[in-house]
Amino acid sequence: METITTDICIIGAGPVGLFAVFEAGLLKMRCHLVDVLPQVGGQLSEIYPQKPIYDIPGFPTVNAQELVDNLMEQIAPFHPTFSLGERVEQLHQLDDDSFIIQTNEGTEVNCKAVVIAGGLGCFEPRKPAIDRLEEFEGKGVAYMIRNPEAYRNKRVVLSGGGDSALDWTIFLANIASEVTLVHRGDTFRGAPDSADKVFDLAASGHINLVLQSHITGINGNGHLQEINIIDHDKNKASIEADHLIPLYGLTPKLGPIADWGLNIDKSAIEVNTFDYSTNVPGIYAIGDINTYPGKLKLILCGFHEAALMVQSAFKHVYPEQKLSFKYTTVYGVTAF
Amino acid sequence: MITLTIEDRDGSRRPVEIPEDINLSLMDVLKASEHHILATCGGMALCATCHVQVVEGPESYFHPTDTELDLLDTLPDAGPDSRLACQLRIKEDMDGMVFRIRGEA
Ligand SMILES: Cc1cc2nc3c(=O)[nH]c(=O)nc-3n(C[C@H](O)[C@H](O)[C@H](O)COP(=O)(O)OP(=O)(O)OC[C@H]3O[C@@H](n4cnc5c(N)ncnc54)[C@H](O)[C@@H]3O)c2cc1C
Ligand code: FES
Repeated sequence: METITTDICIIGAGPVGLFAVFEAGLLKMRCHLVDVLPQVGGQLSEIYPQKPIYDIPGFPTVNAQELVDNLMEQIAPFHPTFSLGERVEQLHQLDDDSFIIQTNEGTEVNCKAVVIAGGLGCFEPRKPAIDRLEEFEGKGVAYMIRNPEAYRNKRVVLSGGGDSALDWTIFLANIASEVTLVHRGDTFRGAPDSADKVFDLAASGHINLVLQSHITGINGNGHLQEINIIDHDKNKASIEADHLIPLYGLTPKLGPIADWGLNIDKSAIEVNTFDYSTNVPGIYAIGDINTYPGKLKLILCGFHEAALMVQSAFKHVYPEQKLSFKYTTVYGVTAF
Repeated sequence: MITLTIEDRDGSRRPVEIPEDINLSLMDVLKASEHHILATCGGMALCATCHVQVVEGPESYFHPTDTELDLLDTLPDAGPDSRLACQLRIKEDMDGMVFRIRGEA
């Protein structure tokens, strides 16, 4: 098992978590970031990468993904480290008051301060309401394709009508022995080119297209074997399959953070606005995940919270050192 | 007054009264009447978390627009009568309509 040692572990690599690295770096504190998404940027990269943002000081307009890219450039001199695609599950405090953070992939981070910048929570796959679905997770049911080779010569059913359902159907058509795409409508609004390809593959018999239908149930003995579907005219059918891949995108859920003994009000962590500390010393919460009287869920506000938070985190991490606040214009940005 | 009936996830129904001259979306009304609906993107037709189903009402309200269909296709539980609450402007002919909340809590 890998253990990473750092000053601050930041949970969430959204804009606020990223900017916290910069503020910590100015005080020469090292950061490790963990995010369940495979890329940095939080809501900006996941929900609205192409949207212009108008309320970042100094930028009359900036595209969301461009802001994330700029933040990455800004923090590069401080060499933050990342565990992406990993969800933070557990948090323990050790006898020396430091923390151990554990992810679902077994990564451990030992740090002196924890900064929760978890936004709306973990982005998790949207799951269709099918009985026994969770029972078959890892036994034929998966919500994302990590290794396409796992589907070679297998019978695969995909469901969904967005771009990822179309793209993976096309991709797996060359790998799997049988590919079926189940979609509730009879047209696709994904990229027209991909939709055309899927219709062509169906017409030439390379894939099965089951339109105006949805999945009602799944069966199997230890591993997925059968998928039941129903069409809009209530006709029922079943498909023999080894794998089911529902592709309905991601949705945020507060997730494991809710169980860490922090004071929570309506899915947000209560903080002291003096330094954005939580009820547990050494744990801070900044950005969309926190709540206090007058809270605004804006990037700008999260940046401000990050700046105040690190002042207190510094004293927590280095209680014996004196912190004298200086503007960056005095020192510049000194990398380490 | 426009009166709508909102059916929650548990099947319970509650009437909501809205003044006629107000320019709000159904999503705004649901939030203001303390119905639990995520509406993560604040009504920009980006997140699909404000999913509702038309239960009763004029025929024209049963059909989502293309913008809505783009997003409804990404939901596992959307049906032919699904709509995005943020894309529905409150209008007088909605009086008496019944909507069911489908979006995630
Ligand atoms: C459509 C839309 C438009 C917006 N427009 C604007 C705008 O114009 N201006 C503005 O200021 N704000 C805007 N906002 C709000 C802005 O996006 C948020 O305020 C901002 O993203 C908050 O940043 P954050 O870093 O706190 O959280 P997020 O961006 O939500 O990032 C949090 C990250 O934490 C991760 N995470 C959570 N829990 C865990 C865990 N247990 N383990 C691992 N990772 C975890 C998540 O995967 C996520 O990547 C908009 C929001 C939306 C949805
Ligand atoms: S609030 Fe996001 S799509 Fe309606």
